[in-house]
Amino acid sequence: MSAEKQYHALKVNETLCYGCTHCMNLCPTGAIRIYDGKASIRREWCVDCGECMRACPVSAFYVEQDDFDKIFDFKYRVALLPAVMTGQFHSNVSESEIFSVMREIGFTHVFQTEHTVDVVNDRIVEEQMKNTVKPLISSYCPAVVRLIQVRFPSLVDHIVPVKPPIDASALFFRKKFSDMGIPDDEIGIFYVTPCPAKIAAVKSPVGEEKSSVNGVINMDFLYNKVLLGIRARAGKTAEPADAMPNLSAKSILWNLTNGEAPYMRGRCLAIDEIHNVIDFLEKIENDEITNVDFLELRSCDESCAGGVLVVGNRFLTAERLHKRANLSSDIHGMPEDLKPYSDYLKKKLSIHPVEPRSMLALDEDRGKAVQKMLQVRKMMCYLPGIDCGACGAPNCQSLAKDIVKREAQLSNCVFIQRMMEKNKKLHGDHAIRIIEKVWGKDRLNKDCTKPGAKNEGM
Amino acid sequence: MLFKYEVEGGNFSKAGFASGEIKKILKQINIDAKIIRRVVVALYEGEVNVVAHAVRGTVVADIDDKQIYIRIEDEGPGIKDIALAMKEGYSTASEKVREMGFGAGMGLANIKKNADWLNLSSKVGEGTVLEMKTFF
Repeated sequence: MSAEKQYHALKVNETLCYGCTHCMNLCPTGAIRIYDGKASIRREWCVDCGECMRACPVSAFYVEQDDFDKIFDFKYRVALLPAVMTGQFHSNVSESEIFSVMREIGFTHVFQTEHTVDVVNDRIVEEQMKNTVKPLISSYCPAVVRLIQVRFPSLVDHIVPVKPPIDASALFFRKKFSDMGIPDDEIGIFYVTPCPAKIAAVKSPVGEEKSSVNGVINMDFLYNKVLLGIRARAGKTAEPADAMPNLSAKSILWNLTNGEAPYMRGRCLAIDEIHNVIDFLEKIENDEITNVDFLELRSCDESCAGGVLVVGNRFLTAERLHKRANLSSDIHGMPEDLKPYSDYLKKKLSIHPVEPRSMLALDEDRGKAVQKMLQVRKMMCYLPGIDCGACGAPNCQSLAKDIVKREAQLSNCVFIQRMMEKNKKLHGDHAIRIIEKVWGKDRLNKDCTKPGAKNEGM
Repeated sequence: MLFKYEVEGGNFSKAGFASGEIKKILKQINIDAKIIRRVVVALYEGEVNVVAHAVRGTVVADIDDKQIYIRIEDEGPGIKDIALAMKEGYSTASEKVREMGFGAGMGLANIKKNADWLNLSSKVGEGTVLEMKTFF
């Protein structure tokens, strides 16, 4: 899929964004620039990890989701719920209560994403047996898959070509319904997502043509809806819900750190948080680390419990899931209803090899790229190396590269401006206009309503 | 384009710095990922050799659109028998170095395997110069 067609769920609310540098400085792929006083995301560089959303002091980032009423387009409205959803609620809220409220708000069925974990596990182990590439990297976290595509293109062959549990479960439940004689267009499967990367994975999947998931609902949105429902029925006897199949401890913990690694063959490591993942991938790429067979890499700290759309504290969420897993410690193997489908599903889980789409090259043409590299190095002789971000790019190197690509000018640097003014090459008024181009008109005027100022919010 | 990096003898935590930097540069000039890997592996082994055996060293890389030339020069004990040193499994690394997971005697052999051209010269008691080229 070409970069232009990549769907991204992360958006900037231009009314709320007041143009600071928090997101720009934290973006792990350097995808953010400031233009006209607002953050803008370079679509082809973004991996939907959500770090910008976490960093924003004014909640100007939002995650685009499907209209909730879209579920009513379908007769059978299935919510596909990852285990972290239930982990967010206080331990005195039971799972069956959560599931029953979800039915009250409109879903006809609530299924758990981790229902098919054992089949996915078997398929990955099969790949481990026949694949000579080491280490194989899990395809579980879509932000990591995208990170490898753009920043570590030489490692795309390491990604296990097996669909993650979200797709496996969507395929399974769809097949099960269709075997019951339900027409496909009456089945609407909606994934409740803990992060923007999973949305992007549904809207523009890597390595498959179309996802089996019909829509995505943000977990924070549903959390509020469910919590209100639980509050509203407080004191009343809860309507008994259909019994959900009890998942094994392994399935419950699959979306937490070290969820997958213990079940794969050989020497397996689990690494979470995107900067840790980047550090480790650098070492793998340099062949500094050898003899590792499998890597479970997750973009968020504490894996999906740390997803940017998870409302609950990530450590408490993980703790509750561990407690729940302890209660299921005597449940092993795949759920009974899945067993007859396991061969069907195994065949459906392959994905096409993941394509690299490096964002690092200065030019497709090597000769031109070398010329641009020379220009960047020359530019760096003049730029101060302070990495202040006042030019609207995350650091001096990024500005130099933007200049070479004709996306910025040397005079965007405030320090270069001072030197130009000193040497009478730039008029003070002109310098202000340049700054206003990046940071917005009248940005340097006195404003007592900005965050931290004396009339903040008035 | 010329790039120069210092390598500190005995400091294993910094081994890999030069190869990491060179990797970033090669990615930017759109070199094939497999070639980058070969360059980085060879250079990393070269860096580890300096760290493990020498007092200090320098890495100089000259990159254009056709090739990368790397020269790793160190002040150190030098190599007595170059032909022997090139053999897989031959190592003079100390016990301490081996305990850290280095010094398996694969370094120079691995460099030779990953470089398109290699030249090794050494003076015992003074130091070693390793030159290599990889064509893009």
